Amino acid sequence: MTRKPPEPIEVVKSRREAALARLVAGVPYIGFLGAGFDRRGDELTAVLPFHPSLIGNPAIPALHGGATAAFLEVAAIIELAWSSLWQDMEEGRIDPAAETFPALPKTITFTVDYLRSGLPRDAYARAMVTRRGRRFATVQVEAWQDNRAKPFAQATAHFLMPEP
Amino acid sequence: MTDKMTQAQAMMQSLPHARSLGMIVTAMSAGQATITMPYDPRLIGDPATGVLHGGAISALMDTASGAAVMCHPSAPAATATLDLRIDYMRPATPGQAITARAVCHHVTRTVAFVRVTATDADESRPVAMGTGTFTLERPPA
Repeated sequence: MTRKPPEPIEVVKSRREAALARLVAGVPYIGFLGAGFDRRGDELTAVLPFHPSLIGNPAIPALHGGATAAFLEVAAIIELAWSSLWQDMEEGRIDPAAETFPALPKTITFTVDYLRSGLPRDAYARAMVTRRGRRFATVQVEAWQDNRAKPFAQATAHFLMPEP
Repeated sequence: MTDKMTQAQAMMQSLPHARSLGMIVTAMSAGQATITMPYDPRLIGDPATGVLHGGAISALMDTASGAAVMCHPSAPAATATLDLRIDYMRPATPGQAITARAVCHHVTRTVAFVRVTATDADESRPVAMGTGTFTLERPPA
């Protein structure tokens, strides 16, 4: 029995990058915030480069709580959609160039805790899907700035999964 | 427009993120604030439907809640969000402005408690509701 040779790395990488780019481009609000995603294999880190329009209180100055919440929510929803997409893509069930792309999950509840004030610096976030069911999913997400061990905000979100 | 409203509007204009989202203070009274955010295609979460992203609505609700704390009769010097939980009940109707009404219903020496509701043009069916706690910095005695 002959095994199928592994795909060249460029093919694999470009497929994964195309799928992620398409997922992110599908949400105009991510562009408004100026957020992006770093990918290492299937692991995503959301990145929010600092911009003066993200400031809430110019006196401190600190990131706006709403901008922080929005960043966490974006990180959570993309992680959830990406991890669903990943398996389908790797097993060849979804083509990143296909006309129809799976719908995004919908936020049901979103709870954010502010741990310290957000500094006028870049922020990073990583989300973890704690439970994925057919109808509902739960995601935890944490954001930090200079120091990974000192998160400045964390959130838990429940999502309604799209109909298959 | 009353002096207080002019002042509140000026404060909103001084918050860069609130300004970039186009937020406008439409009412303010003791411990209560109403802020409106116009519909903007840049804030869309799902292009297939044109529905606004939850993050934009969270930002509006957070801002209205903070404003309600700031106009509480205890006259806080400053406030910051400790936590905020938002339940999204239905998608906001595309094309309509979102209005958040926040009530700071209780304060202790250090913490303020807020309830906030977001509606689109159909005010009988809220888009989202939230509960938050905020830090309260008392003015120096």
